[in-house]
Amino acid sequence: MAATSATTFSIRSTIAFGPKAGQLPPSKPSGVRFNSKNSLVSFSGLKAVTSVICESNTSFLNKESCSALRSTFARKAQSSEQRPQYALQPQASFKVAVLGAAGGIGQPLALLIKMSPLVSALHLYDVMNVKGVAADLSHCNTPSQVLDFTGPEELASALKGVNIVVIPAGVPRKPGMTRDDLFNINANIVKTLVEAVADNCPDAFIHIISNPVNSTVPIAAEVLKQKGVYDPKKLFGVTTLDVVRANTFVAQKKNLKLIDVDVPVVGGHAGITILPLLSKTMPSVSFTDEEVGDLTVRIQNAGTEVVEAKAGAGSATLSMAYAAARFVESSLRALDGDGDVYECVFVESNLTELPFFASRVKLGRNGVESLISSDLQGLTEYEQKALEALKPELKASIEKGVAFAQKQAVAA
Amino acid sequence: MQQPTSGANQRIARIAAHLHPPTLQIEGESSGLGRMDCRAKGGSPGFKVAVLGAAGGIGQPLAMLMKINPLVSVLHLYDVVNTPGVTADISHMDTNAVVRGFLGQQQLEDALTGMDIVIIPAGVPRKPGMTRDDLFNINAGIVKTLCEGIAKCCPKAIVNLISNPVNSTVPIAAEVFKKVGTYDPKRLLGVTMLDVVRANTFVAEVLGLDPREVDVPVVGGHAGVTILPLLSQVKPSCSLTPTEIDYLTDRIQNGGTEVVEAKTGAGSATLSMAYAAAKFADACLRGLRGDAGVIECAYVASTVTELPFFASKVRLGRAGIEEIYSLGPLNEYERAGLEKAKKELAGSIQKGVSFVRK
Repeated sequence: MAATSATTFSIRSTIAFGPKAGQLPPSKPSGVRFNSKNSLVSFSGLKAVTSVICESNTSFLNKESCSALRSTFARKAQSSEQRPQYALQPQASFKVAVLGAAGGIGQPLALLIKMSPLVSALHLYDVMNVKGVAADLSHCNTPSQVLDFTGPEELASALKGVNIVVIPAGVPRKPGMTRDDLFNINANIVKTLVEAVADNCPDAFIHIISNPVNSTVPIAAEVLKQKGVYDPKKLFGVTTLDVVRANTFVAQKKNLKLIDVDVPVVGGHAGITILPLLSKTMPSVSFTDEEVGDLTVRIQNAGTEVVEAKAGAGSATLSMAYAAARFVESSLRALDGDGDVYECVFVESNLTELPFFASRVKLGRNGVESLISSDLQGLTEYEQKALEALKPELKASIEKGVAFAQKQAVAA
Repeated sequence: MQQPTSGANQRIARIAAHLHPPTLQIEGESSGLGRMDCRAKGGSPGFKVAVLGAAGGIGQPLAMLMKINPLVSVLHLYDVVNTPGVTADISHMDTNAVVRGFLGQQQLEDALTGMDIVIIPAGVPRKPGMTRDDLFNINAGIVKTLCEGIAKCCPKAIVNLISNPVNSTVPIAAEVFKKVGTYDPKRLLGVTMLDVVRANTFVAEVLGLDPREVDVPVVGGHAGVTILPLLSQVKPSCSLTPTEIDYLTDRIQNGGTEVVEAKTGAGSATLSMAYAAAKFADACLRGLRGDAGVIECAYVASTVTELPFFASKVRLGRAGIEEIYSLGPLNEYERAGLEKAKKELAGSIQKGVSFVRK
């Protein structure tokens, strides 16, 4: 569903006075936790999470507005009182590397990560232009230290001691291209980068953004296996943007408060492999068959929508950076010991007969703690059919990635 | 569980009263606020923000950050190229602001109608070897056109001007508004927040502190020696050696050039500028919302010195600038810096004023 007008777009979304915002990192946390199945109740700094932390004058939400907001969440907070309080002390203590930091996604992503209070060091790597990006970001008054690394000779140093590696590197689509058309270039890029990850920070969480994710994640897995360091719990294909888009479109269609909306999206990250489970939307809402059809198609083609709108100037960068940053923030919270982190993500999986599958997972200190299999139970007929329809394409993409990596290994 | 504070109760009562107007029994006078005086017009919280130059190097990340801000209910993105793509991209983010895109000068008026805050990053950036003044000719014309639109469509909007050279473009904006008769000095601010952000970062680095805890007032203007960090007034208070003061003052004044050089022709500060501009716009929004004690440095029409415009700490509120703070006690080093700053600033201001009056 392409954009209707080339000049004026009007996307109505409901207006709610909520704490979801990209606030600046506060200096002291207040540690109020809310029970939520919605992994994005509050987006503070990068905190795609349930607490509203704002004590510093430099945060977008200051003290007074925070206490007012907290009271509106008092109801939700009640059930959290019975649980052990996760003391949210955002200690800047984690190192994050962005490989491809000078690119269209990499730059705004690096900015959002720089704004996170949980990050102590931000390593920016690219083949060119990254010194400028690093100099730029280093001026922001947030605690993380920015270091730049240019070119393959410096890749190893970029990765030493890193807790999370985010890989947006690669070329974007142009109008008319599918994600698969990017395969040849991006497959090589991902292979090279993951080899370096295996050599220098094998225990890190690896977030793959480079398309086609359905293939590049299996490529990464093969590379890690060849190096003997593969941990399936720590390799992620970032599909958060599909969730973000699903939330936005559903809230728009059904006139809901965006802050409450959470739609699980399973399958893969291309066209019909993207399966939004509209029947499992939180809050519970009913859709007509027509709405289900329209929304599913729109969510599946949203990426193409942006590629067309940009008319050759690129693909989604800002929304991708936002979504990727949300997933980085979730990973940081999981690493920090938060016991309530759930995200949809493309991982090695036994939920279906396919070796990789995106679903909601629980994240913990060691990566994936569990796959939420209940999401795949009780599907509507439409969803069941769509699930069967996506499997062959996803399978083919996975096998293409595996074949590529194994061929490279034999050649090497 | 957090009990609602009385402030929150008051806000809730105010909003509820707006939805269900009370029939008050006070003798004689009508005590209701006229609808235009109510902040929550139409019951929807949040403000309307326009970014002019939204497809540019600063505009894009700035638009992303404003889309995330919960105080924004409507976000208008305007530019002369590429806005449809940026708008489609940002509109997918699952935050509340409604995003609309506007392309080309014929759509400028639609972009501006009804706006509460207009942020202007539009213009060309520096290349290595250029001063901000070298951008004057192109950017002066751009700012003039955009301000004519503002004067026509949203004269009461708070204007955050980023386009360099700020020292001149703010006087240009003022002259344009004066010509049309809509000039409100309380609503025109040149964004110098990036100098403050840089000062906080560099001072924190030297002192080994968390940069979020450091507050350095930066006054004067927004170019080279007109940028005057008042290091004697740093919070938390600390003593710096003369070497440190020299190093820091120099680094803060040339922070922009530092990035232009590092980018070797690919542009000037975009991400940190977007960060600072978003932070400043947020302060303006909190002021509009009626928060007390919102104080930031900005380049404004001022009587703090004999110059017509000068950056210093200002308190922001519902009418824009509510109070301008004087510079406070300066030491000898800073007084000398102040004289140098004023000399150059006077010339830049005059250049801007002449451009419009010509």
